[in-house]
Amino acid sequence: MEGGFRVTQAGPMQQHLKTSRPASPPLPMNTATLPISQTQESVEARARPVPPAPRERAGNAFADILFTNLTRAAALLVFSLLAAIMLSLVAGSGMSIMKFGPAFLWNAEWDPVQQNFGALVPIFGTLVTAAIAMIIAVPVSFGIALFLTELSPKWLKRPLGTAIELLAAIPSIIYGMWGLFVFSPLFMEYVQPFMIKTFGAIPGVGLLFGGPPMGIGMFTAGLILSIMVIPFITAVMRDVFDLVPPMLKESAYGLGGTTWEVMYQVVLPYTKVGVVGGVMLGLGRALGETMAVTFVIGNAHQLSPSLFAPGNSIASALANEFTEAVGDLYSSALIELGLILFLITIVVLAFSKLMLSRLARQEGARS
Amino acid sequence: MSAVLNTAISEDNPIYKSRRLKNRVLMGVSLAMLIYGLAWLAWILATLLWEGASALRPSILTQMTPPPGAKDGGLANAIWGSLMMVGAGTLIGTPVGVLAGTYLAEFGRGSWLASSTRFLNDMLLSAPSIIIGLFVYTVYVAQVRHFSGWAGALALALIVIPVVVRTTDDMLKLVPNSVREAAVALGCPLWKMVTMVCYRAARAGIMTGVLLAIARVSGETAPLLFTALNNQFFNSNMNAPMANLPVVIFQFAMSPYEDWQRLAWGGAALITAAVLLLNIVARFILSRSK
Repeated sequence: MEGGFRVTQAGPMQQHLKTSRPASPPLPMNTATLPISQTQESVEARARPVPPAPRERAGNAFADILFTNLTRAAALLVFSLLAAIMLSLVAGSGMSIMKFGPAFLWNAEWDPVQQNFGALVPIFGTLVTAAIAMIIAVPVSFGIALFLTELSPKWLKRPLGTAIELLAAIPSIIYGMWGLFVFSPLFMEYVQPFMIKTFGAIPGVGLLFGGPPMGIGMFTAGLILSIMVIPFITAVMRDVFDLVPPMLKESAYGLGGTTWEVMYQVVLPYTKVGVVGGVMLGLGRALGETMAVTFVIGNAHQLSPSLFAPGNSIASALANEFTEAVGDLYSSALIELGLILFLITIVVLAFSKLMLSRLARQEGARS
Repeated sequence: MSAVLNTAISEDNPIYKSRRLKNRVLMGVSLAMLIYGLAWLAWILATLLWEGASALRPSILTQMTPPPGAKDGGLANAIWGSLMMVGAGTLIGTPVGVLAGTYLAEFGRGSWLASSTRFLNDMLLSAPSIIIGLFVYTVYVAQVRHFSGWAGALALALIVIPVVVRTTDDMLKLVPNSVREAAVALGCPLWKMVTMVCYRAARAGIMTGVLLAIARVSGETAPLLFTALNNQFFNSNMNAPMANLPVVIFQFAMSPYEDWQRLAWGGAALITAAVLLLNIVARFILSRSK
């Protein structure tokens, strides 16, 4: 890929040199002129007479310093953004932190009337829906990545890969609407009664599938989340599978390994860290997803062992209640929920990033 | 020797047979997973096409969002608000993103600032968008004490920035060093080398990044909930609450009114069409440049 890029991408520059040369014969690249404000305009600069060398050099040096520092300032802005978000959330949730202390984390109450708030229910909902999403999405993504890297005919690779990536392009509100109006009625009518009857009868596991079929609830939210994170996990898995040196795979095939054996015993061990990184990336996405979950989770502040029961996640609690929150303490408690979500996702994403960069480093060392 | 080999790979060898069977089954599962993934995509798009076709009429583009129960009505104010905020968000976010990406790829190579910014930027890229909304709410909306289009645009800009930083960084890194050296050897100052040589070489890639960022923010709902809020009327004043497609869709879809839900489907179809189109154009630009 890089090779191809080089050949064609050198084109515009060569053209530029060719076309600009007749316009100003001596040193076309270095015709920047007098006032700094105008040096940005290359066309203008080219039209002017060539100025004396020292001034020009000083001007360019100044422009260089200006430009480098401008880019550095932009980088610093990006650098400090995360800290700024964290600080603002901490400041915003100050009142709630002072009032409830660490007990906020395990208090299951959420009572705007009594002004008693606890984060247990939304935290529970967030973790459960994300866990359901990962249980479904990881094997599916692995299957898709395997198909795309090993089995697919070459001409189908791109269209299929693009189609899977388009799953990530669909806005989350569309998933939510579709889940509420199209998926959950069908799910309630045809799939849920069956699941309650079969899994609900198993002792222990049955608890997870108790209750009446309602269509919406934590399971539906998790299932829709799983569809949304499949493209992210698949993309990372594909990328890391492509990192495996062909020599390794060919050796394994040469020894008579089947595709599955090569995949499971050669490719997967080689890319283990990267795959974990991809899964963590998907988890980070699933934890913070808002709109899709808000539509289908049911928005009920209740704890229930049943996956079919309505619940609440941090993000959906924020989306539903924040603009209607009356009173500073209520808003503050919601912002503290946001802070908790932010901390969880940042840890998960940082872990993911570390894993992926470790694979990249390993890769650098091996090749 | 060859006889041994022959039995080892012959059809009758039970180990060979079971390995092959296992492989067949698992490859079948892999194909099934792909079909499973594509089936969801097809189902969602088919629903949108079906529901959208019955909801999309010309009046959707010309009329304002109606009160519940009204016979007609459209999404004109929401579409306009979305266009303005996405436009403003992109215009704010893109220069910052491109400049920061330039620092990462060109000037900050190997510096701690560049490597930690790259790390933090990847975090921002996947951070929950509702948190961005909360951030803009606390630092801007809560300070000026009213919701506004600018707040929405700012929230969207904060989502555009990491996407653009990432693609700019990646695309500039693909520009071979020899091109930079050639420019410098001709006496080209650094700023000119970057703007006239590196940017040109990476133009298609950077543009793809910007388009993908636009596609991403056009569908974002969560960060607009607490920033731009909503507005029943046509409004071009960025300093006031502003209607926008995603929030209107959210409100209308969650409402019990049939005609509002119909309009929500129309809006959903419009947004998805726009987002998918942007994605495909972006891919096309990138693939043509290779």
